[in-house]
Amino acid sequence: MSERTAYTEYHPRWLRRRPSTYWWLERRAYLSFITRELSSIFIAWFVVYLLLLIRAVSRGDASYQQFLAWSRHPVVMVLNVVTLFFVAFHAFTWFNLAPKAMVVHVGRKRLPASLISLSNYGAWVVVTAFVLWLLLGG
Amino acid sequence: MARRALEPVLWLLFSAGGVASALFVPILVLMFGLAFPLGWLSPPSHEHLYGVLRHPLTRLVLFGVFTLSLIHGAHRFRFTLYDGLQIKHLNELINLFCYGGAIVLSIWAGYLLWRMP
Repeated sequence: MSERTAYTEYHPRWLRRRPSTYWWLERRAYLSFITRELSSIFIAWFVVYLLLLIRAVSRGDASYQQFLAWSRHPVVMVLNVVTLFFVAFHAFTWFNLAPKAMVVHVGRKRLPASLISLSNYGAWVVVTAFVLWLLLGG
Repeated sequence: MARRALEPVLWLLFSAGGVASALFVPILVLMFGLAFPLGWLSPPSHEHLYGVLRHPLTRLVLFGVFTLSLIHGAHRFRFTLYDGLQIKHLNELINLFCYGGAIVLSIWAGYLLWRMP
């Protein structure tokens, strides 16, 4: 379908009702769709947050302590709690959807969906453990 | 036609960013957004964190995660505005805002990570 439709006199307008702006409140599935879509804002916010952290760390200990104090501000904390919810929602739905996007064949057999989901969750566990080790141990 | 050819690339980067952000971001939010500020865990010392960040591999991985996540976010937010608010007539402006924002922030990320002393 082309983006701009040119109507002629002899070509009637399609009878197509514009859905309500709040169409995504009508069903649970729509609501979870829009929740997943909105996670994009929070991912962008957290990238900015991490960039500010990196800037503070590269400026020295005093800036780093200043950043940590700022991160305890109630507004920032609330924003990050909301971010955690959206980001976790994104991660779970993303890994659950992975088998639909990745069709892997071994020989002539298709690998079962559960195996692909599981390997994604496995990668998540490994990455998480590695980040924790880098931050806290090592 | 050039725009048509770009779409699959954008979707590919969107997927890559979806994986990168799903793998790396939740633990970082949990740590830097909650555990350290609330005092559940004591934050790493400046020396330790600086050492981790200075490693070339860390910087490379972080740059990849940031850039891909930003493109992922821009692509998804573009369709949030498109479908959610149904402002299709502002398509060009939305694209400019979303991808432009992602590119500007990626350049900032590259600059910060590259010139780290």
